[in-house]
Amino acid sequence: MSAAAAQANAKSRSARAKKIRQFVTPEGVDLELRIASSGLRFGALLVDLILIVLALVLFSLVMLWVGFASQSDITMVVWMLGAFLLRTFWFIGFELGSRAATPGKRLMGIRVVARNGGRLTADAVVARNLIRELELFLPLMMLSVGAAEDMVSGWTMLAGVLWSLTLSLFLLFNRDRMRMGDLIAGTWVVMAQRVKLDADIAIGTAGDAMIFSEAELAVYGIFELQELERVLRGNDPRAMREVADAIRAKIGRPVAEEDDVFLLSYYRQLKSRLERKLLFGKRREDKYASD
Amino acid sequence: MIPAAAPTRALDAPSFSTSRFRAEREADWIAFDLLLTKLEKKGAKALTSEELLQLPLLYRATLSSLSIARATSLDKALLDHLEALSIRGYFLVYGVRESRLNRLRRFFLYDWPAAVRSVWKETIIIALIILLGALTSYSLVASNPEWYYNFVGEDMSGGRDPRATTEFLRSTLGHGKAASGGESGLHVFATYLFTHNSQVSIMSFALGFAFGVPTMMLEYYQGIGLGAMMAVFAGKGLGFDFGGWLFIHGTTELFAAALSGAAGLRIGAAVVFPGARSRLQAASEAGRTAGKVMIGVILMLLAAGLLEGFGRQLITDTMLRYGIGSLMLLFWIAYYYIPRREDVT
Repeated sequence: MSAAAAQANAKSRSARAKKIRQFVTPEGVDLELRIASSGLRFGALLVDLILIVLALVLFSLVMLWVGFASQSDITMVVWMLGAFLLRTFWFIGFELGSRAATPGKRLMGIRVVARNGGRLTADAVVARNLIRELELFLPLMMLSVGAAEDMVSGWTMLAGVLWSLTLSLFLLFNRDRMRMGDLIAGTWVVMAQRVKLDADIAIGTAGDAMIFSEAELAVYGIFELQELERVLRGNDPRAMREVADAIRAKIGRPVAEEDDVFLLSYYRQLKSRLERKLLFGKRREDKYASD
Repeated sequence: MIPAAAPTRALDAPSFSTSRFRAEREADWIAFDLLLTKLEKKGAKALTSEELLQLPLLYRATLSSLSIARATSLDKALLDHLEALSIRGYFLVYGVRESRLNRLRRFFLYDWPAAVRSVWKETIIIALIILLGALTSYSLVASNPEWYYNFVGEDMSGGRDPRATTEFLRSTLGHGKAASGGESGLHVFATYLFTHNSQVSIMSFALGFAFGVPTMMLEYYQGIGLGAMMAVFAGKGLGFDFGGWLFIHGTTELFAAALSGAAGLRIGAAVVFPGARSRLQAASEAGRTAGKVMIGVILMLLAAGLLEGFGRQLITDTMLRYGIGSLMLLFWIAYYYIPRREDVT
């Protein structure tokens, strides 16, 4: 069983590593950008489309109201131009900003980046978003033309839709999750979420209440340490009880102190032990790795 | 870098520990975070000169902290925060080097014409394809008017087909009494034309990556509609007038259509014949050039829409129409193809 778990751990680690792309700044630090997953991309698109439709409806209502009030067809012109601009330049406008992300992308914590590490230029943003027109509307067009005019058989329509879907879903078929537009503009979309600086839980008064022996600390690796950190930061009593019981069972300690005191002391001593090893060049990934 | 933070917290940790490291540097990260937030919200102009000088220092301090933390710390929250902060900082510090106004100026003066110039081969090919389409349908319709119905749909022609009388055809050109639509609908009509044509152009550009074949087909089809129409009018002896009706906006519109096709073809060609570069790199370089061309195409179509909606309906003199059309053509050619100083450098 432990061999299977070790394998699963290694697998998830390598899956995470596959998403990471080297990105060395001029200062020589690798920023290790992570490619945004297709789910996030789809979510961002959905949010943007909903926002566009909302804006369009609002804009139409205002224009309708103005149109009735002024009795002039200039509002029609404004409406048509506005709708065109909204549809074509929503993505371009937002991605040209300093955060290189539409509202949907911001919500998902992703952004557009030039693949060669350089500056994201306006022409790249324009190219990647004009292609979007094709990716979004070609399948819909195939569907509507086929259905409305009834000039093609069901099978032909299906073939058309499938063909256009392979274009639209192009990002599922490559490692870098590039859309057709990303491919042509030389861009990709990476994670750029904000992470708040949480308090350092390794310092403070309570925590050295218990002293663990070397053998008691030697059972876990970095993966377990960071899971423990997650539980401690989550501060959910039930999860802490479960984890504390698991650790106690593993190292053979009786239930004697409060769970949080026990976990915190154990976390600190484990952390300082593993960090000491790290300084000497030994990185123990998880409990299955040799100490 | 800012040592003031260290003494505030007495540490009973050993002389090097990740907690001490964090306590000493935390102030820098927080300051950098605040600065970035200000920069994002209000732009570079809102920063004082002192803050501007601080920006690269804090950026480098954060990057160095990231390197140290990766090598020594196992605090996941700390690592994640430093990573996110460094990425955010990198893209802001190295992001924009020019003001928007400057970028706009450079686009109109140099980038747009240069991009159009660089696709001149593709432009000629697409222009020939449109011409070929027009000639094909013209010769077919001229020899047998029945062909017309294959080329131009009922809704497109609006009664302008071989069965129509000379009088009716003349009226559609804006001569005679029933000038189409009247003046009130002009701007609506112009806007409709602009948005519709832009959509078609974007499509013809976007289809380019399929080796340029759909792009060429789309442009050929455009030529076909044109030639068929021409044949009908020429058959009724209205060829010269129809030419003027078309010419006033057609020079701009067809030029834009050819350019959008050329942009698509450039991408298709780069994918098929990448040369010494990798296919991905060739595609992305072509895509950037094509992106610039496409902004230009949309602007040209706006001009064409205005000429078509207003100019053509208000100016009914055929010679004047020819004059304006040629003037526009000359303007575009001069704007795009006259070399300028930036080319040399």
